[in-house]
Amino acid sequence: MKAFISVFPSRGILMGCLWCTLFCGIFASQIYAQETPVDSLKLIHLNEVIVISAGKQLDHQKQRKPLSTLDEFLESSRSINMVKRGAYAWEPTMNDMASQRLAVTIDGMQIFGACTDKMDPITSYVDVSNLSEAEIGSGQQGAAFGNTIGGGINLKLDKSNFKPTGWSGSLESAFESNNKMRVFGGELNYSDEKFYLNTDGIYRKADNYYAGGDKEVKFSQFEKYNFSINSGYKLSEDKSISATLIYDEANDVGYPALTMDVSLARAVIGSVSFNQDTLLGHFSNWESKVYYNNIKHTMDDTKRPDVPIHMVMPGWSETAGFYSQANFIKEKNHFLFKLDGFYNKSLAEMTMYPADSNEPLMFMLTWPDVRTKDVGFYGEDHIALEKASLKLSSRLAYHSNTVADDFGLNSLKIFYPEMDKTNTRFLKSFSAQYHKMLNDFHFNAGLSYGERAPSVSEGYGFYLFNSFDNHDYIGDPNLNTESSAEANASVTFKKPLFEITAEANYFHIFNYIIGVVDPTLSTMTIGADGVKIYTNLDYAQLFNASLSGRYSISNALKLSGTVSYHRGVDNEGENLPLISPLSYRSALDFYKNQYSASLSVEGAGEQINYNSAYGETKTAAYATLSASFGKRFFINENDLFLKAGIENILDTNYSSYTDWNNIPRMGRNLYLTISYSFN
Amino acid sequence: MKTLKYIFALLILSIAFGSCSEDNDETPMDPNPVEGLNKIYEFPSADHSVEIYSEKTALEVGYNEVSIRIKDMASNKYVTNAEATWMPMMHMETMEHSAPHSMLSNAEESSVYKGYIVFQMPGNDTEYWDVTLNYNMNGQAMTETHQISVQQPADNLNKVQVFMGSDDSRYVLAYVNPTKPQVAINDFQTVLYKMENMMTFRVVENYKITVDPRMPGMGNHSSPNNQDLTYNSATKMYNGNLSLTMTGYWKINLKLLNANGDVLKGEDVTESNPESSLYFELEF
Repeated sequence: MKAFISVFPSRGILMGCLWCTLFCGIFASQIYAQETPVDSLKLIHLNEVIVISAGKQLDHQKQRKPLSTLDEFLESSRSINMVKRGAYAWEPTMNDMASQRLAVTIDGMQIFGACTDKMDPITSYVDVSNLSEAEIGSGQQGAAFGNTIGGGINLKLDKSNFKPTGWSGSLESAFESNNKMRVFGGELNYSDEKFYLNTDGIYRKADNYYAGGDKEVKFSQFEKYNFSINSGYKLSEDKSISATLIYDEANDVGYPALTMDVSLARAVIGSVSFNQDTLLGHFSNWESKVYYNNIKHTMDDTKRPDVPIHMVMPGWSETAGFYSQANFIKEKNHFLFKLDGFYNKSLAEMTMYPADSNEPLMFMLTWPDVRTKDVGFYGEDHIALEKASLKLSSRLAYHSNTVADDFGLNSLKIFYPEMDKTNTRFLKSFSAQYHKMLNDFHFNAGLSYGERAPSVSEGYGFYLFNSFDNHDYIGDPNLNTESSAEANASVTFKKPLFEITAEANYFHIFNYIIGVVDPTLSTMTIGADGVKIYTNLDYAQLFNASLSGRYSISNALKLSGTVSYHRGVDNEGENLPLISPLSYRSALDFYKNQYSASLSVEGAGEQINYNSAYGETKTAAYATLSASFGKRFFINENDLFLKAGIENILDTNYSSYTDWNNIPRMGRNLYLTISYSFN
Repeated sequence: MKTLKYIFALLILSIAFGSCSEDNDETPMDPNPVEGLNKIYEFPSADHSVEIYSEKTALEVGYNEVSIRIKDMASNKYVTNAEATWMPMMHMETMEHSAPHSMLSNAEESSVYKGYIVFQMPGNDTEYWDVTLNYNMNGQAMTETHQISVQQPADNLNKVQVFMGSDDSRYVLAYVNPTKPQVAINDFQTVLYKMENMMTFRVVENYKITVDPRMPGMGNHSSPNNQDLTYNSATKMYNGNLSLTMTGYWKINLKLLNANGDVLKGEDVTESNPESSLYFELEF
């Protein structure tokens, strides 16, 4: 705590206040003991749920931009920021931590990207058409999905779940002016009390986009399609089986911030699950699932002019896993137990074509066929107290990595002659989260501890080029487990007409893993500035705070806004990279008689705390203005929904702190979406 | 039921047959001492024949391991007490010179005389190599000289260097191992000879050769954990480590230092000096 205060003197005071509120909340709970309101459960359960589902949900029309990419949906969450390397496949970050510190799952399934340069976060292998919502848990609140430091995101698939709706379907299309993106989608569903079948498909194609001032951003095009089927059958009143299959393929994806593009990113994701309402008399909602997914990702630079050397980098990631979970309710204790496990195989290679074609091809394994085994047990107890609740949770996991390929093992032994083929860890997570209601106030506070194993790149990467800081990265198989002690607190004041929330969290991360320059090493990538080795820093500190509010001006008109502050420093007080500057967002939403409209502003302050050692430059402040208009029509009980909007109205040329190499973001963009659904 | 019987019968037969063949395997057979080597020459005489083997399909410029067997035609057996010695010789238009070579030894396998020769140059139409063999045959000393063909390696990669050191001595440095380089830390081995005169080459002891592998096609990328070559008195060769981070074309930049640490040949690789004048080339 001492170090924390020395780094953030003013923030220390703020934290102190938050701690006060926490303890006040605990003691107050004994004094003001009244009935527990029903909604108190939900608030604490997950920090945030973003509704994505197209068509069926009534909320759909209130969304400012239906049929936008999943990335845009996630970005609308107040706890998620997206790192962008182009127009496609943004990487979600939460609490200023990226995918290696997050547990991102699709319907509880572990999936790992196959790209060594993180060009395929797993959120790029599903589309809005597949999903109903994204469950977001900050910090150890996300540990139900896997070992994490920063948090967990679970993308829930859209299923009819034996609702007696019969046949239903929808057709959707959208067009965006800036990059001429065409979107065509549709779904067809049947559901009754014994059986359901959901199918959907979506196709997107976009050309290069134009930044503010009509400047074309070359190599920002993409094309992708996605199909999914999921079905369920009731075996008896309290038993059902269901199965899911998703096929997702993207081709010709340009990455303007990188020197390579993606010719193929393909995922096949499948699962079979069994559900039973009760188990052994005492347990309820027993759900078990086995799953398998297979990802192939191919990067090449064949379409790029003026590259010093042509190369192809294919990667493969295969994961098989299972989980089985059940609830157990005993008086005021609401338990959830979950046993899960997965086996992943990550392999990536690089072939370079020498300028002199008489020379042999240059080949290396950039991921040496790493086999990861993980078996974990998660348990939580949600205790309903009077006008308050307490959630205790823990995850214990066995985690091991093995380098299966001798070529890859020998490659890494160049750097670590004594390294072992297998590395085993035991990962622990504990968390306590307390919620208290006091008149119109909600207090939330939590303390937790979590651990994570290094990612495949951090442990076993071999000359992975990072264009953000222009360095080659080498993994270290002997890295220590990274662990985090976390404190969070929030206060909400809620009245029927308005609501205001202040929240903050602090992470003290021990053995923080980051690339550190080794000046003795020679670069592999032509033009790179140096080589970094993934290293454990003694510790790093991350602090996030936000203030958000909502005000109902009238029944039809609502105003909302969020301001957030982020800070991250290492053990020497140096800034960590990719930490958001002060950012804000505000919107005015109108909804009445099937008409909807919105006006929103989004921006960020100047990035004062940047670190040039990580390739960062000071990103200037910016603000963008957007607006949308929608109308819903009923045609013979069917539903036609039109929405048009304009983003970045002032055609501002800007880039945010997350934009790799400060590639400018999209300029003015008009969009139109039409969706027609029938029942 | 009938078919089941047949299946049983077949099963028993196959087991019996299987065990039979196992018995056959157990009969000891002489392992071929030149297994995996190529017979590149056979020089027949009246009562015996000299066979010359190499790992390569022909003798090449650089380091060549050579195995020699002498077959006694009368007994049809290979001679084990020949006490063979050899002397390679280059016949140029105006002069003659020998080549660095080891003694022949049959310590490993009594019927195979093994050694190596470092050929400094290829033969051509007017200049040629020969090798003179001295050996005992049935108690009689024999001397035979056979012309041999030495070729430039097909990959044209430089694996031997003949140079004048800053001490005004002439040296021959030849690449020995790894013959099959890997993306790994390879055991690196070379031989170093000083040319005393046209006919005499002496193994140089206790010098040092620094190792700096580079990929000229990749902006002169280098690798970590290389180990300089030092003299090993058991093998009479120089041993070190060579790290290769990927397949492709590598230039192994070298620097020769004498026992006092004076540089006799070669330069450091820097931004302005991309290569040393003393180097080997590798492709894999």
